Amino acid sequence: MKSDTMSFATIGRFWFPVLALVIPLAIIVVVTGQFGGLSIQRTVIEMLISIVIVVGLYVFVGNSGIISFGHATFMAIAAYASAWQTCCEMLKPITMSGLPPFLRDQSIPLLPSAVVSVLLAGGAAFLTGLVIMRLTGLAASISTLAVLFILNVVYSNWDSVTMGSASIVGLPTYVTAWLALGCAVFAIVIAYLYQVSAFGLAIRATREDEVAAAASGISLYWSRLIAFTLSGFMVGLGGVLQAHYLGTVSINSFFLSFTFLALAMLIVGGMGSLAGAVVGVVVITAMVDIFRRLEGGISIGGEQWSLPAGTQELIIAAFMLLILVFRKDGIMAGREMTLPGQEQREKGLING
Amino acid sequence: MANIVQVLVDAIALGSLYALVALAIGLVFGVMRLVNFAQADYITIGAYALVVPTVSVTPPLLLGALPSALMIGGVLVVVMALALLTERVAFRPLRNSNPSTLLISSFAVSYFLQNLVMLIHTGRPKSVGIGQGLANAVEIGGVRVPGVQLLTMVVTAGLLVALVLFLKKTPLGIQMRAAAENFQMARLLGMPANRVIALAFAISGLLGGAVSLLLTIQTGTLDLRMGLMPVVYAFFATVIGGMGSLPGAALGGFLVGVASVLLQTYLPADLRPFRDAGVFMMVILILLVRPQGLIVTSAAKERV
Repeated sequence: MKSDTMSFATIGRFWFPVLALVIPLAIIVVVTGQFGGLSIQRTVIEMLISIVIVVGLYVFVGNSGIISFGHATFMAIAAYASAWQTCCEMLKPITMSGLPPFLRDQSIPLLPSAVVSVLLAGGAAFLTGLVIMRLTGLAASISTLAVLFILNVVYSNWDSVTMGSASIVGLPTYVTAWLALGCAVFAIVIAYLYQVSAFGLAIRATREDEVAAAASGISLYWSRLIAFTLSGFMVGLGGVLQAHYLGTVSINSFFLSFTFLALAMLIVGGMGSLAGAVVGVVVITAMVDIFRRLEGGISIGGEQWSLPAGTQELIIAAFMLLILVFRKDGIMAGREMTLPGQEQREKGLING
Repeated sequence: MANIVQVLVDAIALGSLYALVALAIGLVFGVMRLVNFAQADYITIGAYALVVPTVSVTPPLLLGALPSALMIGGVLVVVMALALLTERVAFRPLRNSNPSTLLISSFAVSYFLQNLVMLIHTGRPKSVGIGQGLANAVEIGGVRVPGVQLLTMVVTAGLLVALVLFLKKTPLGIQMRAAAENFQMARLLGMPANRVIALAFAISGLLGGAVSLLLTIQTGTLDLRMGLMPVVYAFFATVIGGMGSLPGAALGGFLVGVASVLLQTYLPADLRPFRDAGVFMMVILILLVRPQGLIVTSAAKERV
């Protein structure tokens, strides 16, 4: 047994990378809650939900090094599952007549429905992973794209249950800044505990060198499947949050544009570290917000002035390309937030 | 009987179209391990080059107003220039990155180009009439083949043959196949890397331009996403064919195209909208049985 002060310092050092992310986020929530306008507060909630999603994406993509285009699938599964359980009791029998009676004729309380939806997303990720994780890097990436398209085709055409490509409206909107913050913190903690666990270290070893990792007795298949499933649960949570923040669910919001934005956040921050995922979300959210406002029009010296619609997308894409060319490991370049002097040791441990 | 022949004609026409796109993807993948999402936008932009940028849904013709030969040449040149430009600006600086980084960068290029088209031409689908004379059906041996399909088959067959001859018989083609087999070794043996990669992009642009003309003649509409489905099909084609294998890419393209037409024809009517999901599901099933794809090249194996 070590002394209490020792273990306190150790615990502090262990949790520092998480605290260094969570505390600034909490400060942002408090400050914007006190002083910010409504639109800033909305942006902050969207940012926190994106953190849940991108950190979830990071758990697989960052740790395994395999790009996934399929995670919007699991978000959509969770979001729709939650909509089926909680949405618009009066309209459901008409608009979604194909639902089984226990869903069609009643609503399910919010918390159990959210849990069920997240479990469903994780389960779907597990089943998908069973197949796709057999493939090597690029083939796996492209197969996740196949998964995204399969779900999109099915949900866009399964009219009696998903209302096709129309939006389901009228979900209860219970997501507040504090709930979103809670979920973001939860996601960050889970991702951190995972990446320092034996499973996390194993999959990070496969990212660095598949052959060497396999030779050391690490199963590429199982380590990736675990990460894929866990990240499926997490983006599922993000999907539920998004659905109950916006109050609407639409299949086209879980397709390529969304996938691009989520990946851009991860890449810009740096997919090699948890801090990268969070920083990327903050940076891209800020950029999107600023350019959206400029597109909406601002007045400079009495002159109304605005950027043409679509500029924001061009700038995000160009920015991402610049990052890839000039700083390909992203803003954080694979580093976690560390205390001064701690970096060398952590580098050996966490970042290979 | 004639009905089955009709279905086969459809299947071969679509299959060869997808094979062309898959070859374009496969060529570029072979020489630089890049799965190029932007191929979709090469196709889209080639088609949009036919019209003047306006907000109108029936825009006046730009390249489309030229005589056929000039129009075809113009579109091909535009798309090849675009492909070379993306190579020079976006992909060359990333040449030594790992395949995942390249994949992501092509996703970004694609997103950029798509939004650029939207900015210039607006997001609304437009209609454009070129090659109306091809709408008439031609009767061959009791089977009525729409002129467009006949054209598609002739063009794709011609391009496939030309491409095979190029790859097998010309020095540059042989260098390109060598590069696809083992880039490092080919380079050590004196293959000019920049030229071969640029050429691969130019050919992918040429094929993209041909596909965009064929698609536009077939559908008569321009849409921001018109290149997307063929390219996604082509991605899966290259994966089931075996990544890095050119014959595999062509074979995979035929397979997904034929599967798509067969499902479209023989699925019950209420399941037909799910056709694409069926094809993609098949892709995943094939991969379950043969994770390396149908034709495995030495390049597909991880070297230690």
